[in-house]
Amino acid sequence: MPRQSSALSLPPVISTLIAPLPRTPMEVLLSRMTKQLVARRPELLRRLGAVVKVPIAIVPDDMPHAFLLQLDDTKSSVTICDKSKISDAEAVVRAPFLVLLGLLDGTYDGDALFFTRDLRIEGKTEYVLALRNTLEDAELSPGEFFGLTGQSADWVNKVSGQILDKARWLAARSSRPTGSLEPKH
Amino acid sequence: MAATAQNRMELVCPAGTPAALRAAADAGADAIYCGFANETNARNFPGLNFSPEEMAEGVAYAHRHGAKVLVAINTFARAGNVEIWQQAVDDAAASGADAVIAADIAVLDHASSRHPDLRLHLSVQAAANSPDAIRFYAETFGVKRVVLPRVFSVPEIAALNKEIDVETEVFVFGGLCVMTEGRCSLSSYATGKSPNLTGVCSPPDHVDYKEDETGRLQAHLGGFTIDSFEAGQPAGYPTLCKGQFSALGKSGYLFEDPVSLNAFELLEELSKAGVTALKIEGRQRGKAYIAGVVKAFRQAVDGLSSGADAGPAIATLKAFSEGGQQTAGSYKKTWR
Repeated sequence: MPRQSSALSLPPVISTLIAPLPRTPMEVLLSRMTKQLVARRPELLRRLGAVVKVPIAIVPDDMPHAFLLQLDDTKSSVTICDKSKISDAEAVVRAPFLVLLGLLDGTYDGDALFFTRDLRIEGKTEYVLALRNTLEDAELSPGEFFGLTGQSADWVNKVSGQILDKARWLAARSSRPTGSLEPKH
Repeated sequence: MAATAQNRMELVCPAGTPAALRAAADAGADAIYCGFANETNARNFPGLNFSPEEMAEGVAYAHRHGAKVLVAINTFARAGNVEIWQQAVDDAAASGADAVIAADIAVLDHASSRHPDLRLHLSVQAAANSPDAIRFYAETFGVKRVVLPRVFSVPEIAALNKEIDVETEVFVFGGLCVMTEGRCSLSSYATGKSPNLTGVCSPPDHVDYKEDETGRLQAHLGGFTIDSFEAGQPAGYPTLCKGQFSALGKSGYLFEDPVSLNAFELLEELSKAGVTALKIEGRQRGKAYIAGVVKAFRQAVDGLSSGADAGPAIATLKAFSEGGQQTAGSYKKTWR
């Protein structure tokens, strides 16, 4: 589905550079971290409710692949696949990669992104809402996702925050200015 | 109970999750309203709301930050199955909440008889829009505040306040319900579920979106196509009251466009009209919305006494608005 570039779309060169990278090691790493996260934070599954075990496709507009996410108390998984191969998903979330990360860390409001059409959803809307609300409440940090604690987690959070800020600034500079996606700190 | 113009109006802010409650408290809310994760509250959406334990923790957090917590138990109890509504009131009282917001007379009766020290606010879902109706709730259940339906002009609110002996709370920002709240059956018509009984207007399990190759988005509710948006056109919520209808060869928005309420410019008039509290809609919204809107309206309310201009902060809120549009709603009633 062709998309107009958003204010936070990554430059096409990023997608070109990522496309040839092997998917399997990344899948294994993401799946392992997700399983560990669910084990550490069992309240996530309670808040997710009916979404547990439901495959949801996360499709970054400006990346070459889609991510198929399935959360479960023991078998959580993240599968990286072609964007044309997400028919197993019960719901699909599409947005630029930086917008998706901003939803994860609470920088952006999902409804506002939907109003501006920067975020699109397909399939079963209730699953997308449950996932979004759960992740919002979880207040996940990169450090926690990597299973870190203490000073190492603080360092990872600080560095990743700086990288994200810079990436958003660069993306906004190289794309059309809409004014709707200024990071809100 | 007309508050004097000098009274500082209370800022009542939404929270759909514990994280949102903390965001609201940190941003300067005077009070935060939230509900339990079941059909006892009118924002019964997947992944939202509080367990009794989370409510107690939230109340403690809010109190540490100088904010009150108001628990919305504002759907209508099902005849013969009122236990979860009664349990919700009991859990709210046990959590240390500062008030319960209710609409149903069975819920109000349970709260006032079993928890006489628990402050009661009358939900907008009760649609109490006359002095007689409001006095009934005050005299019968000891209701201390009424959340006014979004159908009044400012002069009508001023006149009402002169005739009643309870506080009034009015919506100033967020999603705009244009129907008589608590009485609207549009969602029930399309889906069998409603905000009044199941706590959901346009329940998400009946909503789906389709975007075609041109970028045209169609919104469906209960199998009905209720709106469509061309590529790049701002979208709105999938509610029937803001859907497009065709009749007599014409198509368009019949009741209301996709639009959000913003009554910032009327704050001083609302204060003079005797309003006690200002309510921000949006328990279904994210932390970015909560933090942004609460912070801007904190500046706006404080600016009424300090003279500081909150206009620039309020202007940034347009990005949060449905359809990218804002209105003063019925407060101005420009269509009359």
